Amino acid sequence: MRYPETASQTGGPYVHIGLAPQQAGFDIFENNFGADLCTPATLGERIAIEGQVIDGSGAVLCDVLLEIWQANAAGKYAHPGDLQARPLDDAFRGWGRGGADFDTGLYRFDTIKPGPVVGRKGQMQAPHINVWVVARGINMGLNTRLYFSDEAAANAADPVLNSIEWVQRRATLIAQRGERDGLPVYRFDIRLQGEGETVFFDI
Amino acid sequence: MGPLPRPTDEFIQRDTGLHAPALTPGYKTSVLRSPRLALIAIEQTLSEITAPAFRPEELGPLDHDLILNFAKDGGLPIGERIIVHGIVRDELGRPVPNALVEIWQANAGGRYRHRNDKYLAPIDPNFGGCGRRLTDANGYYVFRTIKPGPYPWRNRINDWRPSHIHFSLMGDGWAQRLITQMYFEGDPLIPDCPIVRTIPSEEQVRGLIAVQDRAAFVPLDSRAYRFDITLRGRRATLFENHVQGASA
Repeated sequence: MRYPETASQTGGPYVHIGLAPQQAGFDIFENNFGADLCTPATLGERIAIEGQVIDGSGAVLCDVLLEIWQANAAGKYAHPGDLQARPLDDAFRGWGRGGADFDTGLYRFDTIKPGPVVGRKGQMQAPHINVWVVARGINMGLNTRLYFSDEAAANAADPVLNSIEWVQRRATLIAQRGERDGLPVYRFDIRLQGEGETVFFDI
Repeated sequence: MGPLPRPTDEFIQRDTGLHAPALTPGYKTSVLRSPRLALIAIEQTLSEITAPAFRPEELGPLDHDLILNFAKDGGLPIGERIIVHGIVRDELGRPVPNALVEIWQANAGGRYRHRNDKYLAPIDPNFGGCGRRLTDANGYYVFRTIKPGPYPWRNRINDWRPSHIHFSLMGDGWAQRLITQMYFEGDPLIPDCPIVRTIPSEEQVRGLIAVQDRAAFVPLDSRAYRFDITLRGRRATLFENHVQGASA
């Protein structure tokens, strides 16, 4: 017996009510899920990730919501499916969600740089963050990956990046490292359509 | 049913034909927001088969009760009191325990408590419109709420959304992440809705329509609707499937 997967539907313009009610404009839950993945005890290099999501006309989406999922600084996911002999970090779940600013469309996550994680057949994957994008007009959440511009050697050997047949499209997944007030800030813009369309994955 | 899957197993390939394509011109906003290039299929790795887990103490005791979780000074939200419940299972019929289920909806007048919703129907001072909970060991969830109203939206000039509740599901793997919408049995707006019509088959639309569940009514209090949700399933394998190598 197989049941069909429930059909996906758009998150719509008011996705924040359910997933980020404070951004929708009200305070209802005592504990809110947010875009800062760290506590002071979290191990690893503190970084920020910033960017905008852009539509096929070049307009910035101001109603988009993103989630990220990543390994800790040692390259281990906080999940029983990860059997790598590496330490968990009790101060790091590795998941966050954040809505773009309603006026500027800028999203931001505060997190740590993940360590490399083993891939299939023992090949190492370059450090990366899994990104999921939902918004009005997106019928099914879009999956992509963020890689780091300062990991050129690891990126060049990454089996997922290398599986992208169109070599020039791989660059759409590389976040560019900058710095602000001593904090590394990676810029990661996502283009939904048109020139420079970001690579999205069927996972 | 075959061997039980392990948390190290990969997920069965998604049947993308069960879902709306990215570009659905009848739903106009999708036109500029739909990728035009094909999704690139990847072999799952640890990144796709793992997902965050949530603890019951992270959620408040009223988070799943939309009738009470925003009620002020002994007031109650206006509207039809209902229970919405069901199970979250995988494609092979196995329960998905500890899944994070988050819902959001308009109030009885069809107005969302959101700074961007300008519809003229009033905000209900006693209704927030969101809730969340974890499924139990059997994959079961239950919410209490009021029935949301339909509302107009700018697509064509006279398009109306049927009454609906948005659902967000976080299961045990990132590949299972899903957002969908639940509709109500008998709503005449369903067949005309451009967002419903993005879905390619009648059968898949039927899967989004909650049925009235008389056995779960609370006499003299609330009616009930049943909505079961299916997430992707792991492919239990008898042989090494190479999602990860030996300990690295």
